[in-house]
Amino acid sequence: MTIYGVATLAACFLLGKVVGTLLGAVIGIDGDVGGVGFAMLLLILVNGYLRRRGMMDGATAGGIRFWSAMYIPIIVAMASVQHATAALSGGWLALLAGIVATLAALALVPLLSRIGRPGEETAKES
Amino acid sequence: MKAILSDLLIKNGLIFAFLVVGLILLVSFWIARRVLGGLIPGVAVAIIIGLVLAFLGGERGIASFPLFSGMALLGGSMLRDFAVVATATGADPAQMKHAGPAGTIALFIGVVLAFVIGVALALAMGYTDPVSLTTIGAGVCTYIVGPVTGTALGATSEVMAISIAAGVVKTIATTVLTPLLARRLGLDNPHSAVVFGGLLGTTSGVAAGLAATDPKLVPYGALTATFYTGLGCLLCPSVLHVIVLALLG
Repeated sequence: MTIYGVATLAACFLLGKVVGTLLGAVIGIDGDVGGVGFAMLLLILVNGYLRRRGMMDGATAGGIRFWSAMYIPIIVAMASVQHATAALSGGWLALLAGIVATLAALALVPLLSRIGRPGEETAKES
Repeated sequence: MKAILSDLLIKNGLIFAFLVVGLILLVSFWIARRVLGGLIPGVAVAIIIGLVLAFLGGERGIASFPLFSGMALLGGSMLRDFAVVATATGADPAQMKHAGPAGTIALFIGVVLAFVIGVALALAMGYTDPVSLTTIGAGVCTYIVGPVTGTALGATSEVMAISIAAGVVKTIATTVLTPLLARRLGLDNPHSAVVFGGLLGTTSGVAAGLAATDPKLVPYGALTATFYTGLGCLLCPSVLHVIVLALLG
């Protein structure tokens, strides 16, 4: 049933948030540290387990797939409710710092991507 | 009649938001194909239209108008995180595993890099007290790290505003620049998406930027980006602030 998929997703989401909030409390931050990340890892594990046991039928998987597909519309809505005027209110320093930091981080993507990337040998093995 | 209609739409805000976003995507895909000839992906056009709408409103973007308050629910962090988690089913665990070390290094470098750039530019623009410098550096990480750090250190509200603004600029810049530069950066595989998420760290910017580049990469970037704000909140008011104090004192 579709709702089983949605409920599985909700369970992973909430458990991940709990772990993230507890981690935040441990390191002294009032908030959620990596809750979404933990939830994603959990969902990958649970999804794999249910699939192997044949408990993830079409409708159940559809409950998760629907929310995965709603991702882009949600991002569009998110873009439209950003505090965009704040980007200009901070003056030149904010504008410059934000753009320079983005470009610098982007420039490092190709460099750091070399770390741990499976080379040709591992590709042959798999 | 007009009052009845707007009342109805406000009352059913979330449903109206589904309709509005559906129309935005419809128009965006039409523009992308017919006007731009596939040069810019339809999703990127839709996100840019969203940002333009955000400029019309205030603190809550377009949702500052009661008629569009449902957009804040649809685009709020609850549904966003829920949908991001759902994308994980499309991710390959093996890909995440071998990108793990690179992603972790990217996280630390990403936070320190943003902080250093913020502090350096603030210094260049005449700020000299350590609390202001740290707060602005933290804001360049993300717009959540900035106020968290500023509050912890007791920064002035003017500096706090600059720090939040810098974070918002980074989110918007990431959203717009990522799809434009992706090919040149080799950002076309799960491995570099994990690194990208760790380096940029703004959850909204990473999510939107990757969605506009290639939706298949979203789960990989989101996985690392979700740890960035927490790491920033941990490092900025502590280790990084002490370093700023030491260098200036």
